Amino acid sequence: MSAASVSGNVIRRYLPVYFVLLAIFFVEVFLSFRVSSTGTLVVILLLLAVGSATLGLLYFMHLAEERRNLLLTLIPVTIFVLLMMNMFWSDSVRLLHMRPGAQ
Amino acid sequence: MAAHGHGALMEESPYAIPSRKLTMWLFIISDAVTFGAFLFSYGYIRVSAANWTRPFESASVINVIVMTVVLITSSLTMLGAVDASKAGDKAKAMRFLYSTMALGAIFAALHLREWFQLFGRGITLSSGLFGQTFFTITGLHLLHVISGVIALFVVATRYSSGKLTPGYVENTGLYWHFVDLVWMFVVPLVYLTNIAH
Repeated sequence: MSAASVSGNVIRRYLPVYFVLLAIFFVEVFLSFRVSSTGTLVVILLLLAVGSATLGLLYFMHLAEERRNLLLTLIPVTIFVLLMMNMFWSDSVRLLHMRPGAQ
Repeated sequence: MAAHGHGALMEESPYAIPSRKLTMWLFIISDAVTFGAFLFSYGYIRVSAANWTRPFESASVINVIVMTVVLITSSLTMLGAVDASKAGDKAKAMRFLYSTMALGAIFAALHLREWFQLFGRGITLSSGLFGQTFFTITGLHLLHVISGVIALFVVATRYSSGKLTPGYVENTGLYWHFVDLVWMFVVPLVYLTNIAH
């Protein structure tokens, strides 16, 4: 098999991932017109976005093909930092209200 | 011992990837946290604000659909470029790289068109919380796209002249896919929750 013919297969190989990503996006657009509650919509859209990002990370960025160590080093730490950031934001609001004279 | 060089004295890399690629991954993680900070702050402001501007009508939604399709397609062409460069097919890699750059430029142009439409309706960076958060987040993302197109151009030029190895194309590809991934969070949070009903 020549090098050129090997390189030609990659688009076909990742086409299903591409179509799934597009499908998830179109579901997001559809839901944004159907769901009236902003809170519910944000939660659903975030879950779908996390699904899209996971597919992108694993297949487009080839994290699924790398050694497991790389995934275990990078992803849990990132999720932890993002969750902690979420905690700090809400805590900053609490501190604002605890401060004397805060509005 | 000297015949084996330093490699024989050192442990095997736990990740089995070149250090340049690991550096790109670490940059991506730090950039992801930066975007995370912006999106979290946007989320808190969005939920706590009593009256929030919902400026996007059907024309804007169609625009953002086209932008998203263009960006996801550019990730696919980037995959082609990385694969062709690894296989040693330079001509094919260059075609894919130029396609990715063109799609990135189309995305940036559509982005700017959306911005100018908002400017025309009086929504700017200084027109309130929506303008401030929207233009900051999408501006940061647009900056990444424009930087990506420039980086792709530099890497493509130097790769075609033989000055860079396929590893550089792969690293630039990682960055490009990351820009695509960030957009998957920006669209639902910044655009789709602000559609005028």
